[in-house]
Amino acid sequence: MELHLASAAEISRQLVTKQISAKEVVHHFLSRISRLDAGLNAFVHIDTELSLHQAEQIDNRRASGDALNPLAGVPIAIKDLLCTTDMPTTCGSRFCAGYMSPYDGTVIARMRAAGMPWLGKTNLDEFAMGGSTETSIFGATRNPWDVGRTSGGSSGGSAACVAAGLAPLAIGTDTGGSIRQPAAFCGVSGFKPTYGSVSRYGVVAYASSLDQVGPMAHTVEDLALAMDVISGHDPLDSTSLPRVAPGYAAGLSQTPLRFRVGVVREQIESEGLNPEVRAAIVNALSVLKDCGGEVREISLPHSKSWVPAYYVIAPCEASSNLSRFDGAHFGFRAASGDGEKSSSPLVDMYSRTRSQGFGAEVKRRIMLGTYALSAGYYDAYYLKALQVRRLIRHDFDLAFQDVDLLVGPVTPNVAFRLGEKVDDPLQMYLEDLYTVGANLAGLPALAIPCGRSQAGLPIGVQLQGKPLDDAFVLQIGHRYQQAIGWRPSPAPLS
Amino acid sequence: MSISQADVQRIAQLARLQLSEAELVAYSVQLRAIVSFVDQLQAVDTVGVEPMVHAIELSNVLAADEVRAGLSRGQALANSPDHDAECFRVPAVLG
Repeated sequence: MELHLASAAEISRQLVTKQISAKEVVHHFLSRISRLDAGLNAFVHIDTELSLHQAEQIDNRRASGDALNPLAGVPIAIKDLLCTTDMPTTCGSRFCAGYMSPYDGTVIARMRAAGMPWLGKTNLDEFAMGGSTETSIFGATRNPWDVGRTSGGSSGGSAACVAAGLAPLAIGTDTGGSIRQPAAFCGVSGFKPTYGSVSRYGVVAYASSLDQVGPMAHTVEDLALAMDVISGHDPLDSTSLPRVAPGYAAGLSQTPLRFRVGVVREQIESEGLNPEVRAAIVNALSVLKDCGGEVREISLPHSKSWVPAYYVIAPCEASSNLSRFDGAHFGFRAASGDGEKSSSPLVDMYSRTRSQGFGAEVKRRIMLGTYALSAGYYDAYYLKALQVRRLIRHDFDLAFQDVDLLVGPVTPNVAFRLGEKVDDPLQMYLEDLYTVGANLAGLPALAIPCGRSQAGLPIGVQLQGKPLDDAFVLQIGHRYQQAIGWRPSPAPLS
Repeated sequence: MSISQADVQRIAQLARLQLSEAELVAYSVQLRAIVSFVDQLQAVDTVGVEPMVHAIELSNVLAADEVRAGLSRGQALANSPDHDAECFRVPAVLG
């Protein structure tokens, strides 16, 4: 079987039974990347020598009879927001162009220890702020299903490379939907775990109380295998959950026979929801019923407040996190001004550097956050948003007394055209209306393909669970994919 | 609450951003629209509600006070735009 038509689990089995070598696997994907990525722009950094060397090391270890992780030798693409010592970490920004991190993030270290070769770093919206990858200094990543459309964002590169069969696995991050939305747009599976499940150490911070790292792949089984590598307590991340992660892959088959599914009235009835998307969700619900799901309608009364609360909290946290980018210790520094006298050359350097180093969307969010945190506005904006956040979480807590799982759309529409929303930031923000809730409340949320539009564009369905119910959410997602006979289906590219 | 151009100028200063005249106008228009959008939160009844800073509320996460290896000086300076092999070099604080 052609390797890009195989799941990571299938590739793993072939490696374990020595039908193929890691070097052959990596070579297969690298040659597809060299042929096809130019038309997509999913990757921002490739190092074929490094990738093949990593693969070779794993082949040697396997030959020596070392006990290896199931994903050893299975290559992975990494969103360029995670710090790696052997590839640059640009964050899609001029600020970090060429930046070589002196340390590996924890997720990176765990994947390295598991023997997973890197295929490269993938494209993203600058500092993970965006929903289309269009704010990246490397330009947008195109959707493999229609190259005139966006792959989504901010993990657009990671989604596109899996969708195009350029990588069997990818790592993304999700702060307001940045794994799930591109997964839905590109027809792949993506998971945002319960907040605190996966270490944020070495992940360049956008909004610290919302950011989570998560896997992207063709199948939920692959997501579970990846979660087994990357999740678990990390003493280097003070927001890391103090517990041993369950075995997600081993637990996949333990689906309860019956489970209660809630459909959010405010979501399924919302005007902006494309009828084709609604139809695909209704279809997915009917499959879940056949799998043992009992479906009922529930309400999350503060749904309308999700997006406004997110667009206060996230920019506030971002304005604080991005204050470290000042040109002093690392990254871009603007050339000094033309000898004008200044009361503080240092402050001028900061201002010039930040103005030239950041793109427009990043500046917008920094300014929004600075405003909402400033004296006289802090209570009315930031504090207020945090109070609303608790109400939003409370809505979920109440709902989960009556249901085990929430099922609904990931996005209101299929992938939009490149350039369609760049001139209107608010229009872009409104795309997040179904995804930000899970970040605000810290819930596990899975996006899996559930259909296509008439024009052939992928549609995703979102499954959300109670905090810490990640294993259950993955079980149901897996059950669903088994029921529909789901197989990796990369986009047909020439 | 509407955000004025003067507000944006003040914010830019706080955030250490330099905006041209044209940028000031453009960002002001956009920020005004966004602030106006998030203002709908004012209508939500939050009397007696505790702010929720974190999704999962952990507290007192401490590490043992033990010495661990950190970055070497060379590693720390490696990405610096300007250094003298000992320290980071920056423009003067006062002109």
